[in-house]
Amino acid sequence: MGITKLLIANRGEIAVRIIRAAQEMGIRTVQVYSAADASSLAVEMADEAIEIGPPPASKSYLNIDAVLDAARQSGADGIHPGYGFLAENADFADAVEAAGIAFVGPTGDMIRAMGDKASARRAAQKAGVPTVPGSDGVIGDLSEAARIADEIGYPVMIKATAGGGGRGIRVAENARDFANLAPQAAAEAKSAFGDGGLYLEKLIARARHIEVQILGDGTNFVHCYERECSLQRRRQKVWEEAPSMALSDRLRADLCKSAVALAQAVGYRGAGTVEYLFDDETGAFYFIEMNTRIQVEHPVTESVTGLDLLTEMIAIAGSAPLSVGQDDIQLRGHAIEVRINAEDPANNFAPFPGIVDNFRAPGGPGVRFDHMLYDGYQIPPFYDSLLGKLIVTAHDRPAAITRLKRAVGELRTGALKTTAPLFLALAEDADVQAGNYHTKWLEPWLAEHAGTFSDEEGT
Amino acid sequence: MAKSEIRSPLPGVFYRRPSPEEKNYKEVGDDVKAGDVVGLVEVMKTYTEVKSEADGKLTAFLAEDEDAIMPGQVIAELES
Repeated sequence: MGITKLLIANRGEIAVRIIRAAQEMGIRTVQVYSAADASSLAVEMADEAIEIGPPPASKSYLNIDAVLDAARQSGADGIHPGYGFLAENADFADAVEAAGIAFVGPTGDMIRAMGDKASARRAAQKAGVPTVPGSDGVIGDLSEAARIADEIGYPVMIKATAGGGGRGIRVAENARDFANLAPQAAAEAKSAFGDGGLYLEKLIARARHIEVQILGDGTNFVHCYERECSLQRRRQKVWEEAPSMALSDRLRADLCKSAVALAQAVGYRGAGTVEYLFDDETGAFYFIEMNTRIQVEHPVTESVTGLDLLTEMIAIAGSAPLSVGQDDIQLRGHAIEVRINAEDPANNFAPFPGIVDNFRAPGGPGVRFDHMLYDGYQIPPFYDSLLGKLIVTAHDRPAAITRLKRAVGELRTGALKTTAPLFLALAEDADVQAGNYHTKWLEPWLAEHAGTFSDEEGT
Repeated sequence: MAKSEIRSPLPGVFYRRPSPEEKNYKEVGDDVKAGDVVGLVEVMKTYTEVKSEADGKLTAFLAEDEDAIMPGQVIAELES
């Protein structure tokens, strides 16, 4: 039973992307929106639109009851959650299915299993996927912990089990450090989180972030090759590519095979991404986590494989089998995506919720621009700053970088500041051109180049 | 008794406390010094503190926790 009417429980550029996929599949669309998004492009494009609450996301896009009411009211038989908001909320996935509506994504139980770091790590290990070396679970007394740290190899991160988001982490460079830091970490974890439990993980100092796109229908599982996402600011990706320039054919095959093994082991259904740290020096890769949704950077994969990941995941949610086998998926060329955010790179990336004017979209050969913009659009201040993604594809990486400069140079948004100047500067950088970077490369580079990003468009 | 107003410089969502688990920065009736934080405004997932520019006693909040606000909107009133 295919989906005939799809409700989009998201906003911005991804809502536009989902509407386009649905339209090509002959599926009617229902866009839910907050009061701040009444004039959004997605609302304009969808067949129907239903207001679900005031501007703050907690009262609209995150309000499960309001979204389900809109689905019932409109007679939608499918819900696409996009990314962010409710996309990885297992209770939401359960509630959608309980209402007799198809959730475009995996089951709630699968989201739970992958959302819990420890259970995801166990699933990966069971499937034979390498994980970051560490203590298996909470460490006992400190002498046992010191022995485990020796086994893992320094530097070692000491993490609080109750911590998260970078809180409660200490780095020990050697055994002496460890003897000093471990008792402090335990005491701090006890007072900050009420739980003194610690675990250990090897610190991979200079790692790349490489992730593998997978698709599964519960029975068959394929990978769609990898994305290289090492250029990050504050743990947010700003520039993504496919394929990765750091992988040999053999490493690529091993990495992608491991992602399929994990998908198969858990019986995955839908589109997902298996994220890894990759150590250039040793050629080792380590599982970090699995994301059970479509990702912002999915277009680079589409550009080098010719697949449509959105139509594929919507079809799977409508009980169709995968439309492709592994042998049908071939890499062709090189794609780069840059994130056009409403931020001012000349002013430490301050949010810039301005008005779009004199808008001109980049175009021409090998250029795709997935965005939410139109002339006169007032960017709401309530949501994240992503306006769109500019994706270029060419026969190889140097040609893609040349094309990227050309395409970024075509973008006009008037007085609205965006991150576009950053990408012109990055494209001129020798390390970027050589593909020589890691996840901690961009921030020092930004500190060094602060104030050099031009305010002038088209320069 | 002079009255003064504390305004948000930015559009976004207003919060009266630093995080959901913590207490409000200020309550009505509290003494406020110039530079004291009375709330946060979230603009595109970035948080900016709203500070008082005057000393005084807080007499009212005109914006509720999690309200959507516009630049220049009055958040609170002081008496000095």
